[in-house]
Amino acid sequence: MGEAIVITSGKGGVGKTTTSANLGTSLALLGKKVCLIDTDIGLRNLDVVMGLENRIIYDLVDVIEGRCKIHQALVKDKRFEDRLYLLPAAQTSDKTAIVPEQMYKLVHELKQDYDYIIIDCPAGIEQGFKNAIAGADKAIVVTTPEKSAVRDADRIIGLLEKEENIEPPKLVINRIRNHMLKNGEMMDIDEVTNHLSIDLIGIVVDDEQVIRASNEGEPIAMDPNNRASIAYRNIARRILGESVPLSSIEDEPKGLMAKLKKLFAGS
Amino acid sequence: MNKRIQQNVMIKGTKDGLTLHLDDSCSFSELLKELESKLSANYQFQENDSGIAVKVHTGNRYLLEDQKNRIRELISQKKKLVIDEIISNVITKEEAKQWKDEHQMTTIAKVIRSGQILEVVGDLLLIGDVNPGGTIIAGGNIFVMGTLRGIAQAGHNGNQESFVSASVMKPSHIRIADKIMKAPDKYIEDGHMMECAFINENGRIIVEKIQAFKNHRPNFNRLEGGL
Repeated sequence: MGEAIVITSGKGGVGKTTTSANLGTSLALLGKKVCLIDTDIGLRNLDVVMGLENRIIYDLVDVIEGRCKIHQALVKDKRFEDRLYLLPAAQTSDKTAIVPEQMYKLVHELKQDYDYIIIDCPAGIEQGFKNAIAGADKAIVVTTPEKSAVRDADRIIGLLEKEENIEPPKLVINRIRNHMLKNGEMMDIDEVTNHLSIDLIGIVVDDEQVIRASNEGEPIAMDPNNRASIAYRNIARRILGESVPLSSIEDEPKGLMAKLKKLFAGS
Repeated sequence: MNKRIQQNVMIKGTKDGLTLHLDDSCSFSELLKELESKLSANYQFQENDSGIAVKVHTGNRYLLEDQKNRIRELISQKKKLVIDEIISNVITKEEAKQWKDEHQMTTIAKVIRSGQILEVVGDLLLIGDVNPGGTIIAGGNIFVMGTLRGIAQAGHNGNQESFVSASVMKPSHIRIADKIMKAPDKYIEDGHMMECAFINENGRIIVEKIQAFKNHRPNFNRLEGGL
């Protein structure tokens, strides 16, 4: 029996979908059987980021309403043989099309067949959020080192802590810009973790390649040399219970920073 | 009163007046009936008696407010009797809880996050932070063993003597009773001193380091009654 992890943030645009796609990919690369669920009904994105947009036939709402079997709706990612599947959200309905109980049942069913269910949560704290967390055993809160994102993450953590079936959430700080950190223009990692006082499971640098990768429908985690990719892979390993030190890989390599700077200068 | 029945109502005279001991095992209607007859049959009033204070002991019987009123009514119908108080050995769990809460410090280990409200009846000891957008409310005093960045409201029931103290005091605002103190535009980063907010002699909330508090409330320790 697998476990379900919801990726949430409260605020939009901090990288929930990117994180979901990359964690799913990383876990699949590590040999786990993974199912991604996009719960952002009406504004689905995960399929685009995964590059599976054109292969959708049925969606989450079809499954819930019994128009098809679960396995018919699951889109298989051929890059990972039999290890990565996506259950896309419907684009035509909205968040009220399903209720938490249905979601719970669905996730519970999927847990029988998969090691990890990664649930991509929509922004906000309304119905969509409630649906997304309904079946989850664990939660990962994504934030960026900005006050507004941290405020919303704080709110979300408060709501998650109230849920008895979900373990205390873990934190991912996304889109860290090293040069801004050094200048003190950005909240630093300690400031964010002190404020939110939950365990940090990973930090991800802001990298232009992430945007390119998501446009191409090929999650950055598939690139073994990218910094953001390494960060995501490390998070995946931490999910599996390995203890991977935080700073050693993500903070140190100067060469890459220099490369990044060159990229900035070149553009 | 020829029939021999169990004594459900006992009347005792004390130097403060009368004490009625009501049995707590009979039914309430029986009790009322007997009370009625006892009061009219047994007691001969002297014309020059002034009002006699009556204490009613109901033993282990719990009386609803309505039932208390009926007893009051019954007794006050007798001209010379004045109800002093109705005493019972029992109170409801709710009453007990309320009584306990009001006189107790509630200790909570938690981070109060944005959008959360924590409210207690008595004093609040919070082991954790209050984040921006979070609110803590206490009927009494507030002690935060952590950083206070949100809203704190002490003396919710109107007690002007209440205060708010925090290990790190950076609230978005503080209320004590009906007074409000807004945050300064910017907090100084250094110097994590424990501080305390209270209403001063001029009726304004001020924040001082915790050691200065005793100068403003010299008899604070006595007020707490050594509990």
